[in-house]
Amino acid sequence: MSMNREGRGATAPEIHEVHQDHKTFTGNRALRIEEALLFEIGRPEVTGVDLPEPPKVAKRLGRHERKAPINLPGLAEPEAVRHYVRLSRHNYSIDNGIFPLGSCTMKHNPRLNEKMARLPGFGDVHPLQPQSTVPGAIELISELSRWLIELTGMQAVAMSPKAGAHGELCGMMAIKAALEARGEEHRKVVLVPDSAHGTNPATAALIGFEVKPVPARADGTVDPEEVRKRVGPDVAAIMLTNPNTCGLFERDVVEIAKAIHDAGAYFYADGANFNAIVGKAKVGDLGVDAMHINLHKTFSTPHGGGGPGAGPVVLSERLAAYAPRPLVVSDGGNVALLEHAEGGAAESLGRMTAFHGQMGMYVRALSYMLSHGADGLRQASEDAVLNANYIRACLQDLYSAPAGDRPCMHEILFDDSFLEGTGITTLDIAKAMIDEGFHPMTVYFPLVVHGAMLIEPTESESRASLDFFIAAMRDLAMAAKAGDTARFKEAPRYAPRRRLDETRAARQPKLRWQAPEPMAAEAAE
Amino acid sequence: MRYLPLTPDDRTDMLRRVGASSIDALFADIPAKVRQTELPDLPRAKGEMEVERILGRMAGRNVSASSVPFFVGAGAYKHHVPASVDHLIQRSEFLTSYTPYQPEIAQGTLQYLYEFQTQVALLTGMEVANASMYDGSTGTGEAVLMAHRVTKRRKAVLSGGLHPHYRDVVETLGRFAGDSIKAMPADVRGEEDILGQIDDETSCVVVQSPDVYGNLRDLRPIAEKAHAHGALLVTVFTEAMSLGLVESPGAQGADIVVGEGQSIGNPLTFGGPYVGLFATREKFIRQMPGRLCGETVDAEGKRGYVLTLSTREQHIRRDKATSNICTNSGLCCLAFTIHLSLLGEKGLRRTAETCHANAVLLADALEQVPGVEVLTEAFFNEFTLKVPGNAAEVIEKLAEKGVLGGVPVSRLEPGRPELENLILVASTEINTDDDRAAYAAALKEVLA
Amino acid sequence: MSTLRYTKDHEYVRVEGDVAVVGITDFAQSQLGDVVYVELPAAGKKVTKGGEAAVVESVKAASEVYAPVSGEVVEINSELEGTPALVNEDPLGKGWFLKIRLSDASELEGLMDEAAYKSHVGE
Repeated sequence: MSMNREGRGATAPEIHEVHQDHKTFTGNRALRIEEALLFEIGRPEVTGVDLPEPPKVAKRLGRHERKAPINLPGLAEPEAVRHYVRLSRHNYSIDNGIFPLGSCTMKHNPRLNEKMARLPGFGDVHPLQPQSTVPGAIELISELSRWLIELTGMQAVAMSPKAGAHGELCGMMAIKAALEARGEEHRKVVLVPDSAHGTNPATAALIGFEVKPVPARADGTVDPEEVRKRVGPDVAAIMLTNPNTCGLFERDVVEIAKAIHDAGAYFYADGANFNAIVGKAKVGDLGVDAMHINLHKTFSTPHGGGGPGAGPVVLSERLAAYAPRPLVVSDGGNVALLEHAEGGAAESLGRMTAFHGQMGMYVRALSYMLSHGADGLRQASEDAVLNANYIRACLQDLYSAPAGDRPCMHEILFDDSFLEGTGITTLDIAKAMIDEGFHPMTVYFPLVVHGAMLIEPTESESRASLDFFIAAMRDLAMAAKAGDTARFKEAPRYAPRRRLDETRAARQPKLRWQAPEPMAAEAAE
Repeated sequence: MRYLPLTPDDRTDMLRRVGASSIDALFADIPAKVRQTELPDLPRAKGEMEVERILGRMAGRNVSASSVPFFVGAGAYKHHVPASVDHLIQRSEFLTSYTPYQPEIAQGTLQYLYEFQTQVALLTGMEVANASMYDGSTGTGEAVLMAHRVTKRRKAVLSGGLHPHYRDVVETLGRFAGDSIKAMPADVRGEEDILGQIDDETSCVVVQSPDVYGNLRDLRPIAEKAHAHGALLVTVFTEAMSLGLVESPGAQGADIVVGEGQSIGNPLTFGGPYVGLFATREKFIRQMPGRLCGETVDAEGKRGYVLTLSTREQHIRRDKATSNICTNSGLCCLAFTIHLSLLGEKGLRRTAETCHANAVLLADALEQVPGVEVLTEAFFNEFTLKVPGNAAEVIEKLAEKGVLGGVPVSRLEPGRPELENLILVASTEINTDDDRAAYAAALKEVLA
Repeated sequence: MSTLRYTKDHEYVRVEGDVAVVGITDFAQSQLGDVVYVELPAAGKKVTKGGEAAVVESVKAASEVYAPVSGEVVEINSELEGTPALVNEDPLGKGWFLKIRLSDASELEGLMDEAAYKSHVGE
């Protein structure tokens, strides 16, 4: 069997005695207030929205009117506000403190961007109202496109993909379309290094490519010789993250691109780590043919607990014609939104989403870019890289970095070799960080490093914030080495919940609330 | 720069601590010949005032839905969203949190996802729902892929009532994935013979109701025929509010229900971000795409929530994952959940009834205009209007008169002469008697 | 049990007449942690030695189980569907995965005996 041990960390936690000096009557602990489910506090006859009586008409629903009740609970406004405010307080967020989640670029989300996205001219316009009534919306997409093209040195940008993985799909479909146009559908192999995000192989496989690995050097970078050995007439593309997920810039990227192009294949770049190089290198100069840009990473649109994202894809001259519809094209001063296979969109690969993409995210991203300007964007990348290296320099005597003391880009990767013999794991370190008031770094990714810890501070952290974080991380490493096992194994103790039983959740999936038996019987009456 | 806390002195000190001679030393891995030395050819940093001025000017060039009599639908709908919804989703702890990979400090997100999944399951009449897709159209593409996994067949049939953009999304994905997609021709009156398309190789039938032309469709016979041939029924809706008044797809035998959830809690925003709803039968959960939140207990035995069944997903299964989706529509789910909590059953029903009644009144008013005909018999809040003349031109002229009167079908289905005089017209609870009167009057003038 | 044979990939085979009972070893289950789901092939499926025969999932990992021998799957352990924990509790007994009717008994000769497997996993 292919023994995948990554599930080890998640085994059922031991049930502990509750370590509390004093149990409260309510279960609450001062500001930390427990909150029941909506379905336990709401009532179907309650509503928090007042509407006038509907006009009396003869219904035209045919035979389709709903007869059975839905059993949806309602809340009055004060109840709803309190319910969701209480829930919000069970979350960690960037606005609470450093969120050093590697590869996720959790930077500050400027509130100006929120205000701009809510201007009625952006937030309250319909995707299918006449184009003549939305010239400013089309102008905004065109302007954002101009910034993305200039920052990457590419030929064109496909704006509509909804998130990073959707952008990957867009780029890989464009590559497939280009191969078909060349009559080379037989190219089925996509090379993906093992350090890649899971979305890369998942995307390639989704549209029928066969994924083959490329080995990495000891430091996690890709050797162009290894690429050259593997490219042949069957290879369609390579998917490469640069800077890679080990936090290093692929220094041989130009040679890798050449090897790929010489063999007639394409170079897809995963732009998840673009924040490290904005204003420092143009991916167009590196030989990239397609790259998605996570606006929710590099350009600060909020992650919102897991979305929405936005994943525009910049394309080289070789792929530009295949960009999905709809497409905003700019011809001198004229900007047009092409919705069908016409003009500049005649060779388009097709449609990837119902409308024009994530407009709300475009406004936020452009607001961020205008605020930073060319100078601020470059400064942000420099600060992000400096902050990561500062953490590296201040922790590398206690933590183990597989790349040694080589400078990193915007994130620093450690492995768990410094924990050898302590009985403490990467996961334990992460959980102990929670007790110290931090969100943990990315753990167990990339897969190429044992017990990986990937720390990305971003440019949003002040010197004082970094020093505080470093001091805490040093204390944790020393405690681990000193054998203070309980501090780690029982962590987190102070979070809204202790470690959760993920085995139980997966063995007996309970994915929705169900009325308890007596209530269910009542509802059926 | 107001977003960057490091001072020049900090940078100097930190570089010294790092042991780098300059900031560029940290970028030494970028080959010199491709390292950017000049600043990008773009404007320099700006303060809040200047940014507001620039973006405010762009926004000011657009006609917002609230500023005119507004009847545009076809997959996105203007509804009233209570003020508290937008306030609550802007809570820092929701807005600026990440995917809940550390459940102990993400119970807020996880609990609302659990509430969201339950609400979606109840609304659609299904057993389980996931924690959202990007939007209704990409959700439909995922539903077809899922049906292929479940049935181990690769031939999908799409109804001619499916939103043409949704059809295009499915066809694009299908073409690249090497699947066979049979799309029926545009079916304005809901008369197609879809049953005749189902055979033993069919993986799924995809039917929208209310369909893009507004028709409410009877899903039961399609479910029966599909099941008799070992195929699945995938049903689609683009107006989530309809579920408050029309029979749920789950009750009619759907196997997978997908739809656009924008109508509840989310603004129009020129097409995105929206929220794809995705529900199915419990027996298919391991073939579902997307994130799932499940209930469990913590080490003290307290109830809590985690992301679960993640072995389906790309970060674990990589090239064998059920989908490549990673990011979902978290914050849009939250807006949906809060709005629906405020509505409750009573508020949802009343909103849906108002939408329907307003659409009926609108249909009556427009039919009074000479030469105009309502083609849709049974509808929820949207119907197809036949006008004597080119619909796209009529819509433009209406816009000039300050009425956004709907979507010409030719915008969705270009190059089809038989559809060129058709308009999709939608009405919701926001429309008033004055709006309807303005529309009828303007239409009369335009057609005169 | 002289009829137990092992692969280097931690599957075991217990031969019962012309049928091989296949599962994963105690060492394998201890390495995987809590098993939460087992995906089994349909009875009647033909498998070839070294090909994917099943998938065993822990909370955050999925591992493929390869067929140690070629043949037709004649029975699967449907108990695992509701109680995947059997793989952890009794891997060699109630936690078996599937039974394969051997198409080539000589394939068994290439597998390890218990002593060889123990030394393979470093016991």
